[in-house]
Amino acid sequence: MDPAHFFAASRVLIVAGKGGVGKTTICATLAAAASRVGCSVLIVRLTPGGALSHLFAAPEITSAGTTLRAGNETQGEISARLVTPDDALLDYLADHGLARMTRRLVSSGALDVVTTAAPGIRDLLVLGRVKQLEVAETADLIIVDAPAAGHAVSFLRAPAVLREAVTAGPIANQADDVLAMLADPTRCRVILATLPEETPINELVETAFALEDEVGVQLGPVVLNSVAALPEGLGDAVDSKKSAKERAKDSSGDNSDQALLDSMLAAATFRMTWVDHQRTQIERLVAQLPLPLITLPARFTTDLGPDDLEVLTDALLAGITTLDESIS
Amino acid sequence: MGTQAEPTLAADDPIGALVAAHDVVVCVGSGGVGKTTTSAALALEAAHRGSRVCVVTIDPARRLADAMGLDTEAARGSEPLQVAGTWPGELWAVMLDTRATFANLITTYAPSPQQAQRILENRFFRNIADALSGTHEYMAMEKLFELHGDERFDLVIVDTPPTTNALEFLDAPNRITRFLDHRLYKMLVAPSGGLARAVNLAAQTALRSISRLVGASVVDDVIEFLNNFEGMEDGFRSRAVAVRELLTSDATTFILVTVPRRDLAEEAAGFVDDLATAGIAVDALVVNRVHPRFTDLPLDELQEELEHFAGTPLESAATALLEASRMVATEVDHLRALTEALPGAPVRLVPFLDADVHDLDGLQRLGDHLFRTPAP
Repeated sequence: MDPAHFFAASRVLIVAGKGGVGKTTICATLAAAASRVGCSVLIVRLTPGGALSHLFAAPEITSAGTTLRAGNETQGEISARLVTPDDALLDYLADHGLARMTRRLVSSGALDVVTTAAPGIRDLLVLGRVKQLEVAETADLIIVDAPAAGHAVSFLRAPAVLREAVTAGPIANQADDVLAMLADPTRCRVILATLPEETPINELVETAFALEDEVGVQLGPVVLNSVAALPEGLGDAVDSKKSAKERAKDSSGDNSDQALLDSMLAAATFRMTWVDHQRTQIERLVAQLPLPLITLPARFTTDLGPDDLEVLTDALLAGITTLDESIS
Repeated sequence: MGTQAEPTLAADDPIGALVAAHDVVVCVGSGGVGKTTTSAALALEAAHRGSRVCVVTIDPARRLADAMGLDTEAARGSEPLQVAGTWPGELWAVMLDTRATFANLITTYAPSPQQAQRILENRFFRNIADALSGTHEYMAMEKLFELHGDERFDLVIVDTPPTTNALEFLDAPNRITRFLDHRLYKMLVAPSGGLARAVNLAAQTALRSISRLVGASVVDDVIEFLNNFEGMEDGFRSRAVAVRELLTSDATTFILVTVPRRDLAEEAAGFVDDLATAGIAVDALVVNRVHPRFTDLPLDELQEELEHFAGTPLESAATALLEASRMVATEVDHLRALTEALPGAPVRLVPFLDADVHDLDGLQRLGDHLFRTPAP
């Protein structure tokens, strides 16, 4: 499908996945891809720190908002904002006549009373802020870097759970507004992120069904991070190198050359095992979850930076192009 | 534990020596780095070495839980279950159930069964396990303390909830105890004079506003709960002190688990600092998902050497080696930074493909890397 259509389909994308699968990288890649088709993007982070500022070579993300990349005629601006659950709650209380006593609320433990008395209120208020940003059309696209997998379900279930406990008043209204957003695929979708490994895929499948059954939110394509390609002709190379090694045994070859060949053989064999392992897991994912997949290539670095982001963005856009136009 | 490791052994097997010298092992680290599998592998090895060990897991992946016999309803209680296997020691496992652990604590400290019952039925109390931040951490530490005192076990290994701040679980018992403290109740509902009265007025206003936001019945639940909790604060407080003492005592060792990725290595370094603030040293470092090293050539030299293969049938293998080496080169920087942050602490590396573990064989392989592989 046309990437412009993909990013215009809903204003909010919530990215969810197990800890360590690269949710933040995927948020950044979605943002960069949307920016390429002219959308302005706001990334909402729930916790400080993380890889986002490295990916854009930009300053730390703050609650005031940080520009990650300025826009121009063809590319939309990318910015990020920190919305911590505690801040969302304090802001909300301040908006409801408790501004002067927030410090005392915290120190006396009364704030804990509120959050315990109304479980999920922090999550609801974070989603409330996202909804506010969406309604205010702060950016063409808002990408939410959601909490880790299991928590993503409770995070997104919070409005419904709270709505049951609180039947009237401003919190109930807030919950209704957020529920309306979550239920409307033209406003909000969830993008599930994973690695092609057994445990992350098992959790992804569980999360996907839980979100569909318990939250009723529309699921977009699954983004598979760090998929290793098999360099063309690697299998043949391994075979020919093995036979080359056999021949070398008989001749008096250069030792350092031999060492290098051994390293190449070992690296190639490892790569084949790794790719094979990933393929098995991807097949399992496809069999268990009827959602389209977009794969992002492994980058062979632990420090993803702007150059890597460009490569990932190309891959994401290519992946979107292969999606069926009927997928919203 | 009974058997102290020989000094000669300690040099070859520092993790084994560390585990042998302590009663409690706490695995700390960020979410998704492999704390659960590391804890389980440590416990399995300890059982092989003859310990009666109990591992507390927080949220094991389903297949690992199955493999350890934790797939049943019974396991989701607060009673440890014995894992069947052929080892000289005993391996027990329990999945942390925050609610049940808290309920046990209430039952232990309530002056009467009726009072315990009233608390357990209170809606506000039932929310605590799910909604009060720090409760999971508190109950993980509480469970650890309880099992440490259990004569069936001579070693307790605990996996910690994924927090980004190590102090969260160290402070959790104190924080929750303060929360439950009667002072809060007094502030919210009891009349008094002078300065306290001014504070109370503010609290009353806050209470009214809270009622407006979430409904008066919710506030009634809170008051009823705190009312019933009366008389239990001292027990909870002294228990929290004892938990903290155990964690900071010589009986307990902390093992930091991480992955050599920039953001996670930074978080790991933060853990080391946090724990140091609390007077706790990290005694060992386990680095999961380490990519294999295939050559000792520096990256630039390697690149030059491999250029000769461009256009040959071996070009693809050269690419595989170069990419693998590039990965290793970036990981090495994080490993160095981490080992520098922990001078003297043993470091164990777990290779990338062996890190995704879901059965006892996988735990055994993980154990090989932790206990039987020479230091990097």
